[in-house]
Amino acid sequence: MYVEMKHITKTFDGFQASRDVNFGVEKGHLAALLGPSGSGKTTILRMIAGLDRPDSGDILINGARVNDLPGSKRGIGFVFQNYALFRYMTVADNIAFGLEVQKKSKGEIKSRVEELLELISMKDLGKRYPHQLSGGQRQRVAFARALAPNPQLLLLDEPFAAIDAKVRRELRTWLREMIERVGVTSIFVTHDQEEAMEVADMVIITNQGRVEQIGSPEEICLHPQTDFVKDFIDAERFEALMAIH
Amino acid sequence: MSEKTKKAYETEETADGLHSIQKVIEPPHESSRPIIKYLLIGVCVLFLAVMLVIPLIVVAVNAFSDGWAAYQKAVMDEYTLKALWLTLLATVSAVVVNTIFGIFAAYLLSKFYFKGRQVLATLIDIPFSISPVIAGLVFILTFGNIGWMGDFLKAHDIKIVFAVPGVILATIFVTFPFVFRELFPVMNAQGKDEEEAAALMGANGFTIFRRITFPHIKWALLYGVILCTARAMGEFGAVSVISGHLRGKTNTLPLHVEILYNEFNTTAAFAVSSLLVILAVLILIARNIVEWKKK
Ligand SMILES: Nc1ncnc2c1ncn2[C@@H]1O[C@H](COP(=O)(O)OP(=O)(O)OP(=O)(O)O)[C@@H](O)[C@H]1O
Ligand SMILES: [Mg+2]
Repeated sequence: MYVEMKHITKTFDGFQASRDVNFGVEKGHLAALLGPSGSGKTTILRMIAGLDRPDSGDILINGARVNDLPGSKRGIGFVFQNYALFRYMTVADNIAFGLEVQKKSKGEIKSRVEELLELISMKDLGKRYPHQLSGGQRQRVAFARALAPNPQLLLLDEPFAAIDAKVRRELRTWLREMIERVGVTSIFVTHDQEEAMEVADMVIITNQGRVEQIGSPEEICLHPQTDFVKDFIDAERFEALMAIH
Repeated sequence: MSEKTKKAYETEETADGLHSIQKVIEPPHESSRPIIKYLLIGVCVLFLAVMLVIPLIVVAVNAFSDGWAAYQKAVMDEYTLKALWLTLLATVSAVVVNTIFGIFAAYLLSKFYFKGRQVLATLIDIPFSISPVIAGLVFILTFGNIGWMGDFLKAHDIKIVFAVPGVILATIFVTFPFVFRELFPVMNAQGKDEEEAAALMGANGFTIFRRITFPHIKWALLYGVILCTARAMGEFGAVSVISGHLRGKTNTLPLHVEILYNEFNTTAAFAVSSLLVILAVLILIARNIVEWKKK
């Protein structure tokens, strides 16, 4: 397992956002955290990234306990729910930021930025500012920025939430391909079951701060283990979906 | 770019506090009744004329009523220059202190959550709601001979009340919410995401401030500084109480004007006033440039 959460609990002002959360994600896999709004998905992601601290439990990355390690030392790339692009920097500067902070050489930064712009097919848009981009383009920049320092683990919070349905479908196929190409272990948050089922190797269903079920998309569709999962997953839709695949 | 997406960009641009505030000034639509429009224009112009334009003209006319030489004499007078110097000193001190304090306080209150956040924000606003005269008295009661820290200060030979430090303290006090008030909504609207993203990439606090926070707040900051300057220069009440009106020592320009006026030295009083007016106009111009740049 590359990432492991062991008995994680987290409360915000007396509100339990995570209750004894346990799961693991294997190296190179793409896992989806799927659950209704407010079920604690973002909270889990933020704890893995070191943006929030769990009240108890252990977070392991590559076998080492990272609870006390600052987020910047965990080898993580993070794509925020609304991308959080640096609005006063160009696309190229956004992507370069993480490398500059690491004091990489100018030449190295330049070639890495060009490589990533190529990867996201935005070679000519490096000089634009975030507000001059479409939603999908912003999403790709956020992705490139997170990947720039070569993280071992990529965390994405609702990467497609702000994008309209049609582009969304294209983008998620694109993202899946990218992640495979780069070979980075990834966890993404979504409340769209179709998205989770179609893209992820493994799905973690959350509900009211708890993990309800963990499994491959097929397992979850065909063998829901709790009443909640049974209700939450629209099985018929997935049989149809699987048939297409 | 299609017309529709262009619209979307525009609304997004106004999503932060800064732009949406400016939006309020621009009228969203024309009223269908021109009579009302002209009536309102008339009322505003009349009001401004009575309250602002005529008094300013009076200042100018009176300042020069005894001719250029008399004006020059009043302005170049030793005590006037000393008062001008003290006004500038107090203003610069207030601006420096309140800018630093304002940035820290706005950063704290907009980016961190803790108990008593609201109480702290309210405390910062106190100088807005307290009469400056009372503020001056409070300082006298705290630092004066009969005050609370009086014995301590006397023992260490530190003079605050009826001295320059008191004037500076009072000026800082009455102006300290200005920078904070301008910065806070802008920082609040920015949210924490960009800063968290930068921190995750390993940027330290100073780099984050310089490259992420500062570009976002710079115009608001400048605007706050300008408002603070304007208020600091004109402060009368608190300074009047705490200064003791020692001519050439603790008199600021507004106090000096009052003294001259009370001595029936009207021409000189208006001449010195005109200095304040000139400073005010300079600030007004700066303010407009900043507002224009902010867009
Ligand atoms: N900083 C915070 N302070 C207080 N409560 C919080 C905080 N962050 C999250 N919560 C609460 O914890 C619960 C879980 O929040 P979380 O953001 O993890 O949900 P989510 O599954 O990501 O939901 P969504 O799909 O709407 O993004 C929510 O009820 C939320 O109100
Ligand atoms: Mg969320």
